[in-house]
Amino acid sequence: MNPTKIGGHEYFHKVVDCQWACPAHTPVPEYIRLIAAGRYSDAYMINWRSNVFPGILGRVCDRPCEPACRRGRVDSEPVAICRLKRVAADLKEDIRDRLPRPAMSNGKRIACVGAGPASLTVARDLSVLGYQVTVFDNGAAPGGMMRSQIPKFRLPDEVIDEECAYIVGLGVETRYNQWVGSLRDLLAEGWDAVFVGTGAPRGRDAPIPGRQEAAKHIHIGIDWLANVAFGHTTTISRRVIVLGGGNTAMDCCRSARRLGGEDVKVIVRSGFEEMKASPWEKEEAIHEGIPILNMRVPKEFRHDNGKLTGVLFEIVRAEYDAKGRRSLIPTGEPDEFHECDEVLVAIGQENAFPWIEKDIGLEFDKWDMPVLNEKTLQSTLPKVFFGGDAALGPKNIITAAAQGHEAAISIDLFCRGKKLDDRLPPEFNLVSQKMGIHEWSYDNQVSEEERKKVPVKSLEKTLKDIKLELEMGFDPFMACAEAERCLNCDVQTVFSGKLCIECDACVDICPTECITFTGNGEEDDLRTRLKVPAKNRDQALYVSDALKTSRVMVKDENVCLHCGMCAERCPTGAWDMQKFFLQCAEAGAEAKRT
Amino acid sequence: MTYLAKPKLLRADAPRNAVGYTRRDYEGAISTLCAGCGHDSISAAVVQACFDLDVEPHRVAKLSGIGCSSKTPDYFLGASHGFNTTHGRMPSVLTGAALANRDLIYLGVSGDGDSASIGIAQFAHAMRRGVNMTYICENNGVYGLTKGQFSATADKGSKSKRGVVNNDTPIDLVALALQLGASYVARSFSGDKEQLIPLIKGALRHRGPAFIDVISPCVTFNNHAGSTKSYDYVREHNDAVNRIDFILPRDKIETSYPPGSLRRIVQHDGSILHLRKLETEYDPTDRIGAMNYLQERHALGEIVTGLIFVSEDADDLHRHLNTVEKPLNLLGDAYLCPGSQVLQSINDALR
Repeated sequence: MNPTKIGGHEYFHKVVDCQWACPAHTPVPEYIRLIAAGRYSDAYMINWRSNVFPGILGRVCDRPCEPACRRGRVDSEPVAICRLKRVAADLKEDIRDRLPRPAMSNGKRIACVGAGPASLTVARDLSVLGYQVTVFDNGAAPGGMMRSQIPKFRLPDEVIDEECAYIVGLGVETRYNQWVGSLRDLLAEGWDAVFVGTGAPRGRDAPIPGRQEAAKHIHIGIDWLANVAFGHTTTISRRVIVLGGGNTAMDCCRSARRLGGEDVKVIVRSGFEEMKASPWEKEEAIHEGIPILNMRVPKEFRHDNGKLTGVLFEIVRAEYDAKGRRSLIPTGEPDEFHECDEVLVAIGQENAFPWIEKDIGLEFDKWDMPVLNEKTLQSTLPKVFFGGDAALGPKNIITAAAQGHEAAISIDLFCRGKKLDDRLPPEFNLVSQKMGIHEWSYDNQVSEEERKKVPVKSLEKTLKDIKLELEMGFDPFMACAEAERCLNCDVQTVFSGKLCIECDACVDICPTECITFTGNGEEDDLRTRLKVPAKNRDQALYVSDALKTSRVMVKDENVCLHCGMCAERCPTGAWDMQKFFLQCAEAGAEAKRT
Repeated sequence: MTYLAKPKLLRADAPRNAVGYTRRDYEGAISTLCAGCGHDSISAAVVQACFDLDVEPHRVAKLSGIGCSSKTPDYFLGASHGFNTTHGRMPSVLTGAALANRDLIYLGVSGDGDSASIGIAQFAHAMRRGVNMTYICENNGVYGLTKGQFSATADKGSKSKRGVVNNDTPIDLVALALQLGASYVARSFSGDKEQLIPLIKGALRHRGPAFIDVISPCVTFNNHAGSTKSYDYVREHNDAVNRIDFILPRDKIETSYPPGSLRRIVQHDGSILHLRKLETEYDPTDRIGAMNYLQERHALGEIVTGLIFVSEDADDLHRHLNTVEKPLNLLGDAYLCPGSQVLQSINDALR
């Protein structure tokens, strides 16, 4: 193998699994260390720059970082990254004086359609550069689906209010209660650019027999959640069936439990493991006494003169073809009938752009999705950009924020007449953490504590009040203990072959046996010849230049604990622990740097 | 030196041996030796050898004397029996222990000061008596704990860190062991585990006195340009006579070598040593040839490493003394003290 190129940002960024997995590339270990140090406001600001909504995401993020967390590969559970983020938001001081000031106007006007996470991110990034950003939304307050679809017991309004206010306070003009009915008309108003962040507003229906007749008792999940969120719906019948296996289904069933549903169950087509809902959301639903029945395809809504009596299900099993595609095959068992009074249909969301005229030059593909450059998020109408669920299909809040950043960069470049591909790489640096012979400027002692559970209020109380937040968040002591579980993967093991005397001290001390000195070879061969064969191919091998004995140092990054023992044991300083800090470029960064 | 204990977190795919242990289970306390000390590599080689041999840690007794090297048994096999004896007296204490309980695997760890100076008599007698043990001398040529004075194995003409030249003739423990009748004699280098680990495995499964001299650079006091026991010097002057593969009786033998290049030695327990010859004329079963070869090469400034001598019909102290098969602690009071009648009959026989 060729020596690993550690000069750029790519290699070491990938070692920081959480930051690599985060769509917005939040510097996770950095803010976790700040939390351990009690510097909550600093931790919050690092988050605020990267993901805009730390308090919101600290409660309801999809947390792609946690399955990626290295700790999960050496311990039973990953670090509770998401809940630590909430700690930063909960325990911070007043940070308003740390927020950027609105810049002097540059005379450009940007319209953002929708006031969800993507639009608000664009608004934040651009208003600090002097753009006059106007946000349109048909609701009465900003937040989009964060406010309308996520139940209050998971995400209270105060948190949304606070974090949206930080953005609006930057001089963003808001036009609430205003439905944008025509992109043509909007464009005619002479905006310098338009950003579409209208989400995926249409819930998919279940067009099976009985749907029309029993319509009064069958609701589309996201619409029902919005009605609950805004207080239009305050009760539900005693027996409820939720169809679907995503996070919306989990929100529906748990909301139903709180509005009077006593016999609430989730019934899903797929297997339990394949359900789209995050594992922790399934756990919470089960914890609240909601059974999840899988491998059942709804066949018919049964009713008595329009009064729903129940749903008939066909029982299936999953079969996978050679390409891994799943098909659901009926098992031949008799259909199953489940009685109920109301049904919530949460089987997916779709994009809908009824307000975008088809003849204004904005192309749509065969799935009725806008044709976009996936990197710049520009549509075929150069002035119009997309982001969030409206861009590439429904994902999650953190993806929306990440796309908002990218769209803001594009819009800024576009408005300044620059090429949209002229994007700056992330800013990063790599700094030695050595303070003395056994002293590092990070706590390199690896905690052996188990993951801390977030304290919750009693079910008895929380099932009675849909607005009562279930989780209480970590207190400072729990937060510190949980933060200490972080392995500091951003503190990189940097090897300098010129200094190495090949004494094997690092090989012998490494607690997870990641380091090997051996003859070089092709990657496939080398992976088998390490002290412990490197079977996780998603994780890189760090290969040095040829050393004095013509061997190379090979380190399998997979389960490195970043404990720094290799560097402590190295007599010549050939290993050093260096902190890698990376932040994605912001809109306007290249104008600032040049 | 590291102050932190190794974290206990274990990778899920950590290899386990036939008795269910991971390599980590053969480790001991965290080493307090200097960073880069060759001794730590030897400890790691012992860990690997015991892991590979599926040794149950509680079946091992590790004994040592005094010195940097003699501290190391604390850093491996934390679940084994240990005895840190007085300076140079490891071979004597080990001899006593071995006589009392022949069922354990005896590993003596010593250094050049402990073995070649204060304990040279003990070393000599353990070898000549044929104590069934593995004797590892972690040889760095200096007294590290007292800040780097020459030890008795330092080569004549080599320089100390301060530039002082050594005028005394060195003691070659390998040559002594050969002369004194050790039946398994090897030399290796802490910086070459590929050579060292199989040598330790062969020694642990050898019946009789097995001696391994391991050159182990002292990074703090003896790893400079004028040293003959530095990483660089040893790598440049290493004359390996063979490479050995240690093969347990249960292992399948798959290697094939050109005729004449391989020497196969079967030990009493059925384990096999495959010697891949590097010096074609070298015969590791010829004690006198080995002694001559060692002297010749030493005169040329080379360091002979590898399995230097092995006796195919090795024997040990228990056979010489015709001792009882069972460990003494399992014999029982009646057997150990057969009563006054038996004593009387013995006394009568002597009248």
